[in-house]
Amino acid sequence: MTTATIAGSQVELNDEGFFEDPEQWTEDMVPELAANEDIHELDDKHWQVIRFMRQEYFANGTGPTVRALGKTSGVSVKELYQLFPKGPAKIAARIAGIPKPKGCI
Amino acid sequence: MTENVVILGGGTGGTLTANRLRKQFSRGELAITVVDQDREHVYQPGLLFLPFGLAHGEDLIRPRHRQLKKGIDFVESDIDRVDVDGHRVVLAGGRELPYDVLVIATGARLVPDETDGLTGPGWMEKVFTFYDLPGATGLEQALRDFQGGRIVVNVVDMPIKCPVAPLEFCFLADWYFHERGIRDRVQLTLVTPLDAAFTKPRAASMLGGMLEDKGVELVTEFNTGEVDGSAGKLVGFDEREVPFDLAVVIPVHSGAEYVGRSPGLGDALDFVETDPHTLQSKVAPEIFAIGDAANLPASKAGSVSHFEGEVLVENITRFLRGEPLDASFDGHANCFIETGFDKALLIDFNYEQEPVEGHYPGPVGLPLLKESRLNHLGKLMFQWFYWHSLLPGRDIPGVGADMPRAGKHID
Ligand SMILES: Cc1cc2nc3c(=O)[nH]c(=O)nc-3n(C[C@H](O)[C@H](O)[C@H](O)COP(=O)(O)OP(=O)(O)OC[C@H]3O[C@@H](n4cnc5c(N)ncnc54)[C@H](O)[C@@H]3O)c2cc1C
Repeated sequence: MTTATIAGSQVELNDEGFFEDPEQWTEDMVPELAANEDIHELDDKHWQVIRFMRQEYFANGTGPTVRALGKTSGVSVKELYQLFPKGPAKIAARIAGIPKPKGCI
Repeated sequence: MTENVVILGGGTGGTLTANRLRKQFSRGELAITVVDQDREHVYQPGLLFLPFGLAHGEDLIRPRHRQLKKGIDFVESDIDRVDVDGHRVVLAGGRELPYDVLVIATGARLVPDETDGLTGPGWMEKVFTFYDLPGATGLEQALRDFQGGRIVVNVVDMPIKCPVAPLEFCFLADWYFHERGIRDRVQLTLVTPLDAAFTKPRAASMLGGMLEDKGVELVTEFNTGEVDGSAGKLVGFDEREVPFDLAVVIPVHSGAEYVGRSPGLGDALDFVETDPHTLQSKVAPEIFAIGDAANLPASKAGSVSHFEGEVLVENITRFLRGEPLDASFDGHANCFIETGFDKALLIDFNYEQEPVEGHYPGPVGLPLLKESRLNHLGKLMFQWFYWHSLLPGRDIPGVGADMPRAGKHID
């Protein structure tokens, strides 16, 4: 576990860079978290996915897999990879401040 | 009063549940109805052997209704939906089946259409799956005609049935081309979305080492976006490409479509939202799920359905008596992994405990996570056991539903 300062606040991250406590996350951290993942411009679709990831996490206790995301978030799997080229479920989970989705091993 | 149990799906889980319930309750106490879309019960583990000429299609099929004990009704029909609030199943033709207890056992469905190009040019010519009977049969011919080149085995996405089967396919392909004397002309590659050969770390490192020893290349974290049969390549969502002359693809799996048409029953992939320990659905107390249809974090395997059966029938009994459910499933799975040259490995694990070395079911028994001839015989024996013990719902002396810890080298 490491402590990082994101948008001026201290947060705890695990060894793979996922939030230990999703409650420490705030929306104003998103640009900086995204930049850490090499995503420098955020459009509405990015936000749609990030908000959806959090909603799913709080409803089900885990973030969705890419395939489930493609079926339920309103953004297709192809687009998801364009938005988060290095792996939508993992990268979006890091930016959304939730633990690593259980389905993506 | 006679109560109604309706079981949707007459495959592994549905059949063994019906038979176990029939032994437990008299006909006056319980009417049991099993619904399936077709009449042929396929021994699916045999599909692995078929492409290599080690099994024959007709030997893997038996009539579905003949696997059900006397006093169980069999209905052949597709299913329109479950009316959860109305406690009834609506069949495709409009017929309705009211239930006091519903068991969902309709397994997992292959959805090759969900992957771009997979069922396009080259499908069933140079692109096959061995996960169903037509695919495995077509692949047998294609392998026989194969004289050399690149074969890729591609898992498109998890979850899949029997997650070790793609590895077994690679091991058997290595053996098969050795036997034919052309192994040096065949390049074998396993392409997986996982970050290793298998989901569980200790088994993954052991199996990864075996792939390497057998000269099977491993491509990890590959998310297949398209299967281009004409150009002969897999294209990843990250634009990586893997060329092939012959592709053996395990398509994505979903639950049955009627689950999606029944509000509240399933998740995004139409698998039934199920309590991992009681097997009760989350949507209603009188609905239970068994086998591949459930969204449990367990392997989708026949052995899992077998271990679940004991717990499920106990919990249905308790439910009918108005008692609290307390029988608990631990996620126990037990899988033989065929490794070629008449050898196999055995892994035994549950929700918490990953596969480790040792022996099963106790300190004296089959070696775990270690290649042996004995395990290969075990794998072959499983077919007899499936028809004569597992489906009839018999318990095996010394082998319980809970995963045994004695005999395992647990740190
Ligand atoms: C290639 C391969 C190799 C395997 N190897 C092994 C192995 O070595 N060991 C092992 O333990 N497991 C193995 N398995 C997995 C095992 O076969 C399954 O996990 C097991 O059969 C699951 O049982 P089930 O009852 O959940 O589903 P199934 O046995 O698949 O039964 C589902 C039933 O529901 C019916 N159905 C589905 N939809 C509908 C509908 N809409 N209307 C009416 N009926 C419907 C189907 O016709 C089917 O009969 C393998 C599977 C495959 C594909």
